[in-house]
Amino acid sequence: MMLINCPHCGPRAQSEFVYERTVDSVAPAGASNDEAMQILFTRSNPRGVDDEIWRHTFGCRAWMVVTRHRVTNEISQVRAVGPEALP
Amino acid sequence: MNRYSAFGLLRGALNGQKHWQPAWRDPEPKAHYDIVIIGGGGHGLATAYYLAKVHGLKNIAVLEKGWIGGGNTGRNTTIVRSNYRQKPLHDLFEFGLKLWHNLSDELNYNVMFSPRGAMFLGHSDADMVKLAERGDAMRCDGIDADLMTRDEVAKLEPLLDMSRSARFPIEGGLIQRRGGTARHDAVAWGYARGADSFGVDIIQKCEVTGFVRDGDAVVGVETTRGRIGAGRVGICVAGHSGHVAGLAGLKLPVESQTLQAMVTEGVKPMINSVIMSQSLHCYISQSDKGGIVFGGDPDNWPSYAQRGHPMVMEGAIAQGLALVPALSRLRMVRTWSGVTDMSFDGAPIIGETPVRNLYLNGGWCYGGFKATPASGWTYAHTLATGSPHALNAPFALERFMRGATIDETGTGPMPNSR
Amino acid sequence: MTGPSRPNSGQDISFTFDGTRYSARAGDTLAAALLANGIGLVGRSFKYHRPRGIMTAGVEEPNALVTVGEGGRAEPNTRATDVFVYDGLAAQSQNRWPNLSLDFGAILGLAAPVFSAGFYYKTFFGSAKRWMFYEHFIRKAAGLGNAPRDADPDRFSQRAAFCDVLVVGAGPAGIAAAREAADAGKRVILVEQDDILGASLIRDPQELDSAWAKESADRIRASGGHILTRTTASGYWEHDLVTLTQRLAEPGQVPANGVAQRLWHVRAGQVILATGSIERPMAFPHNDRPGVMLSQAVRTYVRRFGVCPGQRVVIATNNDDAYLTAHALKEAGAQIVAILDARPAPAGQEHGFTTFNNAHPLATKGSRHCLKSVSGIVDGIPKSWDADLLAVSGGFTPVVHLHCQAGGTLEWNDAAQAFVPGQSRQNVKTIGGAASPAPVFSAAPVVPAKKSFVDFQNDVTLADVDLAWAEGYRSVEHLKRYTTLGMATDQGKTSNMGALARLAEKQGVAIPEAGLTTFRPPYTPVTMGLFAGTAAKDAGAHKRRLALFDVHAAKNPIWQPLGYWFRPRAYPMAGESLAEAAMREARSVRTAVGMTDVSTLAKFEISGPDAVALLETVCATSVGKLAVGRGRYTFMLREDGFVFDDGTVWRIDENRYLLTSSTGGADRMATHLSYVRNYLHPELRVSVVNVQEHLAGIAIAGPKAKSVLATLTGEEPPRHMSTVGAKIAGVAVLVLAASYSGERAFEIYVDARNAEPVWAECETAVVGTGGCLYGLEAMEFLRIEKGHLVVGGEIDGRMTPLDLALDKMLNTGGGFIGAAGLTRPALSEAGRRQLVGLEAVEGSIPEGSMLVTADGKSPEGHVTASAFRIMDGGSLALGQLADGFLRHGEELIATSPTRGQKARVRVVAPHFYDSAGERYRD
Repeated sequence: MMLINCPHCGPRAQSEFVYERTVDSVAPAGASNDEAMQILFTRSNPRGVDDEIWRHTFGCRAWMVVTRHRVTNEISQVRAVGPEALP
Repeated sequence: MNRYSAFGLLRGALNGQKHWQPAWRDPEPKAHYDIVIIGGGGHGLATAYYLAKVHGLKNIAVLEKGWIGGGNTGRNTTIVRSNYRQKPLHDLFEFGLKLWHNLSDELNYNVMFSPRGAMFLGHSDADMVKLAERGDAMRCDGIDADLMTRDEVAKLEPLLDMSRSARFPIEGGLIQRRGGTARHDAVAWGYARGADSFGVDIIQKCEVTGFVRDGDAVVGVETTRGRIGAGRVGICVAGHSGHVAGLAGLKLPVESQTLQAMVTEGVKPMINSVIMSQSLHCYISQSDKGGIVFGGDPDNWPSYAQRGHPMVMEGAIAQGLALVPALSRLRMVRTWSGVTDMSFDGAPIIGETPVRNLYLNGGWCYGGFKATPASGWTYAHTLATGSPHALNAPFALERFMRGATIDETGTGPMPNSR
Repeated sequence: MTGPSRPNSGQDISFTFDGTRYSARAGDTLAAALLANGIGLVGRSFKYHRPRGIMTAGVEEPNALVTVGEGGRAEPNTRATDVFVYDGLAAQSQNRWPNLSLDFGAILGLAAPVFSAGFYYKTFFGSAKRWMFYEHFIRKAAGLGNAPRDADPDRFSQRAAFCDVLVVGAGPAGIAAAREAADAGKRVILVEQDDILGASLIRDPQELDSAWAKESADRIRASGGHILTRTTASGYWEHDLVTLTQRLAEPGQVPANGVAQRLWHVRAGQVILATGSIERPMAFPHNDRPGVMLSQAVRTYVRRFGVCPGQRVVIATNNDDAYLTAHALKEAGAQIVAILDARPAPAGQEHGFTTFNNAHPLATKGSRHCLKSVSGIVDGIPKSWDADLLAVSGGFTPVVHLHCQAGGTLEWNDAAQAFVPGQSRQNVKTIGGAASPAPVFSAAPVVPAKKSFVDFQNDVTLADVDLAWAEGYRSVEHLKRYTTLGMATDQGKTSNMGALARLAEKQGVAIPEAGLTTFRPPYTPVTMGLFAGTAAKDAGAHKRRLALFDVHAAKNPIWQPLGYWFRPRAYPMAGESLAEAAMREARSVRTAVGMTDVSTLAKFEISGPDAVALLETVCATSVGKLAVGRGRYTFMLREDGFVFDDGTVWRIDENRYLLTSSTGGADRMATHLSYVRNYLHPELRVSVVNVQEHLAGIAIAGPKAKSVLATLTGEEPPRHMSTVGAKIAGVAVLVLAASYSGERAFEIYVDARNAEPVWAECETAVVGTGGCLYGLEAMEFLRIEKGHLVVGGEIDGRMTPLDLALDKMLNTGGGFIGAAGLTRPALSEAGRRQLVGLEAVEGSIPEGSMLVTADGKSPEGHVTASAFRIMDGGSLALGQLADGFLRHGEELIATSPTRGQKARVRVVAPHFYDSAGERYRD
């Protein structure tokens, strides 16, 4: 069970969080239908580092992007996203 | 190859069992094979076996980065069944189940397939209708399925908690009597021994590090034991599908997740069938050695770690104990994890890829073991002929972009919601 | 056998073994007490049922497994070395019939030459049924103890903790580390699997002693640190999370406060592993006989428990440590017959003992119960000694399990012939004997392979290892799986290194090149009930309670689970069946009025200037043109274009909307809305509040619903698909004129805390108008007849808006989630399942049945829901059928082979009642 450093709450047990999807699964606004489907139905799925969208569901409920190594589980960055993170 | 038999064992009793030959050779890789299969798990070895046996091809290699059967073949809960609701799935798995029933004789290797019954429990009237629907879909397609009353369930498994006050009371079940369990390692070893006897080269400690391309076609693989040329290359690496396909520049509709399983200390027989549940996410059976084998949901996030999450394990055990309270004082002796390639409709992918001469067999999610014979058979057909067998035609990679997904659970493209 | 130093203080306590009563001293392990009572034979091995005694004094014990306790508290396969005797302890031997001494299963041992490694794979061919015949007997012979059949009377608790430093193992190294950390002001947790601290301090006189251990413990506690005994660090997980299993009661013992064990999840700043090492046995024929023990274990029994397991002792060793055992035995009055030292030259400790160098044991003789003589070879010359105890030391295997579970690497220590921790991946370090084991002599003696046991519990011999090698099972993992080596309850703690050495020898490589199997959690087996904790009771699934639960419960309805909720399915009157009650309730709705609790529907309040933008992203229908006070049906698509939920959307105010969706999909919809709002569209000025449980909901439906509502509110009720605020019983409510039943109907939403008076007033009015309450079953009849969809039925995650004939409602402006997915070509190809109605021509239509054109054909669709015409009788249903829109009028068979039911059906439009919607008009 990992320890995830919520940008709003600090380090919390993974059991408070829910993984939703990878950043690379989300089509950018304005993507064509075909591009959107390509993005939805493929993943880089690396045996290494990837950016993942998690939510502190059983905590502050905020969304964040967790940069994590898929083998070692080392988390190199947690970035807040959502309205709170807008400039 | 020595033939295995009781007579052979008795003969061995006199000579200290010294007459047995290696079950498979340990060959050096050749420069070129007609077909190279990447991945020496059950599926890859079965593919090689049927390529040789059914299609008469001999110049075949199976490349394994570690030791054969060391991935998900040796990390599952050994359940064999074909009780799926969707037709393309139950047709494929049923074809496999038929092969299972004769597999020990076919391979002259006892894979200990034990059709002791695979039972789904229903916990409400609504569950029972869903189970009937699944059973009816199977029965109409010629596959065995029987609804069970509460009393029949209790008789088959006397240790289930049948109390009405249970959080998930047991209202009945759906059993596939021809389903059961098998000895997982033996499946890989049996296919390996069979394939080897036809001349297939099984090359262990040989990791594929890249593909050799000629224009839009694959013509070989780079490995830790040198370059190996190939007419056709078949990927068959389960949780590492995404990684290996990535070496060919492909991105797949799969996400790799960890699936845990566990086993208790051995005890005398107490569980007679394979117990699964429509509402709970655990499955329970007892191995021939007496251990209670236990599985649950995948860890619902991407991972290649081959290490599970303690709370996922604890949750699965809580559900199992709710069903079978007598498991409470047994001790879990070992837990392990496999890396599963969760596809984006929950169904496997068997067929060609956009790269010429490169084929893919993957996306088995957490259901690959039971499919081993069917997977090998259909993939062998695809690799030998260049086009899919009728059974795997629906499982083409392009189905996702086309919209022809085969979604058993109806949960859509996010594997973590499956 | 009791030695002179057995402490005489304290009360004797009594226990039973196989029904015979014995006495023990407080502080004894069961193994110590059995030895003190002269019991040599304790168990039978797994495969050959060979007689086995006590080999070790710790958790690595492979042989002495017993069932401890009775009834639902019985713990099978309990290591006699890992249970402390309490008064009344009842232990039973296992895997024997009719009794331990005379075990018929031992006949299997005679057949050992046939039962070689992997023999199962080579025989029992024929049909699967034939294998199952053999398997029946194999399964009965396998297993060890019996699982209890009674319910577990005890509880298991779970706890989370944090600390700066977690120290695992309270030997001298661990105590010192914990003491140092505590002195430095760190929050410390020190865990020890034994019931007292000290480990080797208890066994061997050292510079530091038990007094130092006690003083250190006091200091650690005084600094706020925690010391947990009878606690095993069983798993090392991600980011320095360690699971601890703590025994609050011994196996089979009635726990003082009802809690038998506790599971800890400890998140540590740093972990220090002072886990020591496990002594290795030696492989030689008949090395498994009762009376052959590990050297350090012998010393432990002598020094700690005052039990001398033998009087005439042969010691076999390849290291210095065993000489300490010789001294301990001598002090206890035992005679050291001979020390067989594998090392070629004297090492300097042999004074006073008959020591042979270049000497190895080769065989033992004796009975089922004890050892009588040891033969060996000294400088190539066979010798034999009479002895009742053989103490062996084949070196030491560091306990590196946790280090490896944490992702650490291992290094080979050639002097110790052992793997020691190398690189750590997490914040963990290993100290003491686990990091630097004692040196040993490396050359392995040549011994016959047969009956030279490596894995004692699973009966794996050197001959089995050799056979596996010869047959090509050459990877260490293949060896393990083919022979079952290391897969017993001890997980190879005493066996793995011996087998690995043999494998390396076969390969002609050094041991580290032969590889190593993975160290998987748990370190020692963990009680399943402990993992489950209190969650086993309710399968870890909470129950959600309706705001009006008490009101319903008082009416004693039939309940129906719906997601985590339970809702009334029907309110039967005396003597009524479910079907009769539901039909009466449904008829009341069709003819007069009925009311039901709809509180569980998902409800979201969406407000702000960009509320429409959010709604038109999530909903596939247009929302923008909705006037204030109006509502409409809507549905939502997944990104792949399939319908995943439906509901209604209401414009309550200029910038405020209420969105409802299905009960079962409520959590999924909450997450989806949050994702869209926060991740996809953080720029929107909108708030989404989940009000599912804040608002209780009451639906009133039927031709008299309008007049009932008018009476309740004193105001003109809203038109169909309109909404107004009102008051009922003095409580503010929101009235939505929406219908699921096909009748004029209203949903009344009220603050869940004030729902009871509103419900009571509604009930009085409904009943007073000749109506009644209705449950989910009647609601199902009503909606099927009307042709309304249900999530989980017709909406099964595999249907597009086209398949459900909802495409005309799609927002022509696009921009909603799923619009891109819908354009995929296969979604508009022929052959897709489409929504149809079904009318019985003959028989009644089984729910969930298959639609076929003739018996024996493959299904072309299925029945998603079936019911009876509420007023006229007759069976009808909704279904999905391939190309169903084009097949109206066609006759099919709805067949359910699993239930032996069948009906002939006609395909019709999926509306059986008031398809023009006349009944919604006033």
